[in-house]
Amino acid sequence: MKKNLRNKIALIFGILLVFLYGTFFGFDAPKFGESLNKQLTEHIHLGLDLRGGAHLILQVVVKDAINAETDNTAARIQQDFQTAKLTLSNVLKPNPDAPQTIQVTGTDPAKSTEVRDELTTRFGTEYDVHSGSDNSWTLTIKPTVLAELESKAVDQSIETIRDRVDKLGVSEPVIQKYGLGENQILVELPGIDNLDQVKDIIQSTSRLEVHEVASNSAAGFATEAEALASVNGVLPPDEVMLHGDSQGSTTDNADHIFIVKRVSIVGGKDFRDASAIGANDMGRQGVNFVLTNAGGERFYDYTSTHVGSYMAITLGDRVKNVAVIKSAIRDQGQIEGQFSKDQIDALSFTLRTGALPATIIPIEQRTVGASLGADSIRQGVIAAIVGMVAVMAFMLFYYRGSGINADLALILNLVILLGFMGFSHATLTLPGIAGVILTIGMGVDSNVLIFERIREELRAGKGSAQSVEQGFAHAWITIVDTHVTTIVSAAILFIFGTGPVKGFATTLVFGLLANLFTAVFVSRVIFDSHLENKTVGAKLSI
Amino acid sequence: MEGEGIVELFGKVNIDWLGKKWYFLGFSLIFSVAGIIAMSLTYAKTGSPVPLGVDFRGGTEVQITFAAAPDVNQVRQAIDAAGIKDAKIVGYDAPEKHELLVSLPEQTDATVDTGRKQIQDALTNSYNNKIVSLSVQAVGPTVGKQLEKQAGLATLYSLVGMLIYLWFRFELIYGVAAVVAVFHDTLITVGFFALTKQEISLTVIAAILTLVGYSMNDTIVVFDRIRENLRLTRKEVLTEVVNRSINQTLSRTVLTSGLTFLTVLALYLFGGEVLHGFSFALVVGILIGTYSSIAVAAPMLVAYQDWRGAKGKTAVLPAAKRTKK
Repeated sequence: MKKNLRNKIALIFGILLVFLYGTFFGFDAPKFGESLNKQLTEHIHLGLDLRGGAHLILQVVVKDAINAETDNTAARIQQDFQTAKLTLSNVLKPNPDAPQTIQVTGTDPAKSTEVRDELTTRFGTEYDVHSGSDNSWTLTIKPTVLAELESKAVDQSIETIRDRVDKLGVSEPVIQKYGLGENQILVELPGIDNLDQVKDIIQSTSRLEVHEVASNSAAGFATEAEALASVNGVLPPDEVMLHGDSQGSTTDNADHIFIVKRVSIVGGKDFRDASAIGANDMGRQGVNFVLTNAGGERFYDYTSTHVGSYMAITLGDRVKNVAVIKSAIRDQGQIEGQFSKDQIDALSFTLRTGALPATIIPIEQRTVGASLGADSIRQGVIAAIVGMVAVMAFMLFYYRGSGINADLALILNLVILLGFMGFSHATLTLPGIAGVILTIGMGVDSNVLIFERIREELRAGKGSAQSVEQGFAHAWITIVDTHVTTIVSAAILFIFGTGPVKGFATTLVFGLLANLFTAVFVSRVIFDSHLENKTVGAKLSI
Repeated sequence: MEGEGIVELFGKVNIDWLGKKWYFLGFSLIFSVAGIIAMSLTYAKTGSPVPLGVDFRGGTEVQITFAAAPDVNQVRQAIDAAGIKDAKIVGYDAPEKHELLVSLPEQTDATVDTGRKQIQDALTNSYNNKIVSLSVQAVGPTVGKQLEKQAGLATLYSLVGMLIYLWFRFELIYGVAAVVAVFHDTLITVGFFALTKQEISLTVIAAILTLVGYSMNDTIVVFDRIRENLRLTRKEVLTEVVNRSINQTLSRTVLTSGLTFLTVLALYLFGGEVLHGFSFALVVGILIGTYSSIAVAAPMLVAYQDWRGAKGKTAVLPAAKRTKK
């Protein structure tokens, strides 16, 4: 059917144009001002291994976030008990490795029903409340709430990191969850090859907290042994030993040990900002801090009832300053001494962009220098061209006229592959280029399959048209089989692989899908149009 | 024959492939055993059957490109002076590229970063040969183990997926024969890595999984032809049918493997150092994969059939009963 054939040819040209468009412009309209090269790379992203940049996998220590949450709850319990006029002797977290459990000790045995009511009504949705021996009560975070907290910690970390990276002005950063549920974050920063500067900014937790000092002195102890001796060798469960800078008149640089209450009065998210106060003559500055409204309320409550006692201001678990509470403080205060300008800037930056809810540790990092990336692209492209030319030349040599058929299909294959990638904004990595090369080899496989079968039919004495038809009919099933098995492997690689391997799986799958189309439909159309045009009885060049 | 001047590799071939199965078995055995010996030796020395890339074993690798040819001893001194122990320094890629690879053994998760920083500082501070560019890979043990697990799962799922697909399209025995052939290919390819002391990284695993798919391809083409021929004839013995099928598809098998091999060879020769392990796996794998479809999968099919016949069970595959020679 001539008309049918013409429609098919029109369809093929249409597809060629569509996918050519997709390669450069994707689904967007072409921008006439920009160069083609630029638009090409806008839609087909280059992976880090080709562009150069930094790749980090960060482990979110979700325990920190849970700690912060239970600290918060502990403070609320104390306040609630005060308002409800119930007594307790202590709220603490008995096991530092299991921060999801809070213990309330020393409640009034006579009021145990009120205590239970109070605890369950206020905290029952998030905590399981159990009574223990000796008038103590345990609150444990429910498992579903725990999972949610962990997931929220990771999400928040991602948002905070994204904020910080944005302020650094990195183009097209990738920040997302990584792995299968182990609370890890993937950060990819193209173009950055100095990891140090970036990591410091991303990682800084700058967790600013205020703790009650357990001993009634400001100086701290010189060694841990001395500190322990002051509490008769056993540290109470609600207290913790922290290292810190020396205070007051002794401005040596040695570490001092302080014993503070584990649960902070205010900390982390309660701080809204920090700024520098004038420098003293040693170039060190004090910090003026501002609390949020809620934090301010709590701080006021504490300080108004504890005038005269000492509080320790810690930055990242290190005691920076011990001050005596002279009067009630609401939401603004000062910390003296010991900060360098860089520290204050970093502190202020992180307090403003929001503090990280938990510590993050880099567990994997890779950087690729930009020149290495460019090298890789060059080598990949050379290999691709060599491979393609070799294959095309061989097909021409071995199958003569029909070799042109195969070569045309191969070129169309590549255009469709690149178009797929442009449309889907896929990332091209170095193994991805290898995938393209592999597609060339495997794609031409289908053509060989069909052509060999056609030759066989011709050998058996059948006419040209019939041989072509038989060739395609018999080869079709095998082509589908072989493509499906390789696509299955590629799909599994995509699921389980990391960045570069995913890129490989992507090009392989797209290439094979394109090949299913070109090897069967396009090749057939080319044969048919050739058969239509040749004279009866002339030989098929194959 | 219609076309004259046709170039044809295999006109009318009539080789008795199955008759040669003992040669094939011997050949496969030699390579398999060599591979296993190499793997045992590597295991004894390093605790893992093949040299592992930094992806899996963890540790730090810094690849440094210098402006001028670096003196390895000077670099070593600079690194030692910075107090870094256990650093391994080797040249990387062609000597005119002035590249060195400095590796540190595995750290804990918390110190993944410090090793890299130390190397970088040591070189920029005390070594005045300008550093043109730097690439770093630092992998902590957590991620290393995760990747191992992922690679293992991917391989397992791949094989199971193949088996199921083949079971649907053919009989189970075809699937089993194909999987055995693939296993044989993977064993020999990995053995080659142990023999040539090359590292296996995640991209190499990707290459191996691709090979699994590719080897299946080849085997399927032969099986398809066997199935088609079995449908057409009830008079021939299975051995003859299989031999004929292989001969009929020989042209196609050698050609496509040859063409894919051409492209992969281009990758091996021109694709650069980063993809070296990947392309090596493909080069070896394609050769072995083609070989195994003829030499391992097909004989297994016949052997299974004979075994069933010897035990008096009915034939799984339709064919004439085996006549005594």
